Amino acid sequence: MKKDIILAGVGGQGILSIATVIGVAAVNLGLHLKQAEVHGMSQRGGDVQSHLRLSDKEVMSDLIPFGKADMIISVEPMESLRYLPYLSKEGWIIANSKPFINFSNYPPIENVINEIKAQHHNVVLDADKIARESGSLRSANMVILGAASPFLDIAFENLEESIRFIFGKKGEDIVNVNLKALNAGRDFAVDVVK
Amino acid sequence: MQKLVLLGDEAIAQAAIDAGISGIYAYPGTPSTEITEYVQHSKEAKQKGIRSNWSSNEKTAYESALGMSYTGKRTMVCMKHVGLNVAADAFVNSAITGANGGMIVVAADDPSMHSSQNEQDSRILSKFAFIPVLEPVNQQEVYDMVHYGFDISEKYKIPVMLRITTRLAHSRAGVQRKDSREQNEISLPKNLTQFVLLPAIARKQYKVLLEKQVPLEAESETSGFNKYFEGENKKLGIIASGIGYNYLMENYVDSKCSHPVLKISQYPLPHKLIQKIAKECDELLILEEGFPLIEEMLKGYLNVGLKIQGRLSGEVPRDGELNPNIVARSLGLTDTIGNPIPSLVTPRPPSLCAGCPHIDSYLDLNAVLAEYTPGRVFADIGCYTLGALPPYNSVNSCVDMGASITMAKGASDAGLRPAVAVIGDSTFTHSGITGLLDCVNDKTPVTIFILDNATTGMTGGQTSAAMGRLEDIVKGLGVEEEHINILNPMRRYHEENMKVIQDELNYEGVSVIIPRRECIQTIGKHKKEAKAKEEAK
Repeated sequence: MKKDIILAGVGGQGILSIATVIGVAAVNLGLHLKQAEVHGMSQRGGDVQSHLRLSDKEVMSDLIPFGKADMIISVEPMESLRYLPYLSKEGWIIANSKPFINFSNYPPIENVINEIKAQHHNVVLDADKIARESGSLRSANMVILGAASPFLDIAFENLEESIRFIFGKKGEDIVNVNLKALNAGRDFAVDVVK
Repeated sequence: MQKLVLLGDEAIAQAAIDAGISGIYAYPGTPSTEITEYVQHSKEAKQKGIRSNWSSNEKTAYESALGMSYTGKRTMVCMKHVGLNVAADAFVNSAITGANGGMIVVAADDPSMHSSQNEQDSRILSKFAFIPVLEPVNQQEVYDMVHYGFDISEKYKIPVMLRITTRLAHSRAGVQRKDSREQNEISLPKNLTQFVLLPAIARKQYKVLLEKQVPLEAESETSGFNKYFEGENKKLGIIASGIGYNYLMENYVDSKCSHPVLKISQYPLPHKLIQKIAKECDELLILEEGFPLIEEMLKGYLNVGLKIQGRLSGEVPRDGELNPNIVARSLGLTDTIGNPIPSLVTPRPPSLCAGCPHIDSYLDLNAVLAEYTPGRVFADIGCYTLGALPPYNSVNSCVDMGASITMAKGASDAGLRPAVAVIGDSTFTHSGITGLLDCVNDKTPVTIFILDNATTGMTGGQTSAAMGRLEDIVKGLGVEEEHINILNPMRRYHEENMKVIQDELNYEGVSVIIPRRECIQTIGKHKKEAKAKEEAK
């Protein structure tokens, strides 16, 4: 088993929580893991990415080689495209359709979505809307993770267990909102892939 | 023992706690900040009484650590690569005094300059100082090397450098813990002149330092961190240091590397191991995450021996960090790449946060300076450096910690009026105070903005050393009270603030303007903490 995942977004959007949920699940399954993050200057509203690597063998490089990523999971549409050189020919893009606009010349959103849909394997969803319907806008990242879950090679129950473990300290309500968001994201992706 | 998933930085911190340090000293700086933060937040460290507050700068941190080592206790001091420049005087001379209790200096380098103004390689400074270096390749080796580093520091009575780079500092992986060690008791140096670097003593101590290089090199040969892997294809031998080794091996995940490989993770370089690979192979390829240090040493100035490939010869790019693809290309292996980035993707550089007080400070300053020719604002290192970018275009320099005040002074001495400095509250206490004293002594016409957001913002909101005492410090240095102005950087005070700034720009002497409003990132956090405290009462 090998899964190389690029997590993408803008500083402050919570891509690291996605990495943590997958990471805890992977460690519980006894997989090897390396996860490179971006800290420091770029966190101030700049583009951020994390390389998450899971394998049943020892992981050597902290960075995923270009052309070898199995997935790009992005909480922002344009940011998903920034990492295309990393994606393998058979790789999947899972992207939020809701743009995060913090600069003046953001490209027309339809064009961005069309570029994502021009990629071979893609799931595009309005995670913000789905999250709001599930009870909290703040769990948009868990909606995205849910949408990515059918392609992760990690059982859905393991991800749920990981959410319970990570958010458990914050109380039952927070856990349930996140689980609901995760499920909603998964349901969306399963429908699309059919 | 327990297995944890840790950042490289966190693995250093956990190892230091487990290896029995009594104190850790640091000034925040990416990518080293998380080491000290981990100790500060560790319950275990608190129970063990490990000292961990932030220091004013890297030099004060280094010297405090050296003082702790003097007493026989174990200590760690952490900084980013350019922080080592600040501490360089203490660093170089501490090799000559030697250590007493185990002492590790962590230098976190930033090749490709993700969050820094240069990509200098700390291994060069350690060679200059004759200080041994450990350069781990993964989080487990990080953890193990901290324990080993304290051992050799105490055995050979010398500070040891642990050199990491950004990708290891900020990457997580599983780490197996070891049994924890007790802290040392106080036990002063047997020779109480060891730390007295009067010339007559320093000459002796320097010889001692040079003599230590022999057993330290023997450690590099035998410790196991430098490792030779046999290979049948001897046309090319590969020397890979630090995480360059990971990028090499990433290319052989599904096959075996046919070339002999020498992994380098400990310095001084192991002469015998290097001679072995040089003798066996027709050519060498050197992969280093950083400057071509090993390559240059092996090649020499005349470059007459073995053919050596690397950053100097062009097989590997001269600058920037490595990655698996760069290494693949240098080996002539198949390169891989996905689809190109569509042209509509726009750069998204970091920017000041919405609601940031610096935005208002710059808007005030820009409005007043609009009537002068541009190019008269000297800035410093922090979030406010982002004021150099559009839409503000407010500042014209960012060189090193503290250089705003002193560069404005030099420009003013040359006749530039007005000359303006912009520095953050934490950078001011790090390295701005002495420059301000120079200005006061010369009565230099400068207007100095100390942007007081009550935190060390860029690195994530650490405590600022001058909290609530900035005016007292400025006054104490001799700035006239009537030329110390506190502003509230908010849109509704724009006109009022402009008038104060204009008056001070006209003053032929030192003025200090302190726009004061808390960082938008920390204000919420602090409110929450205050509320929790209130409820606890």
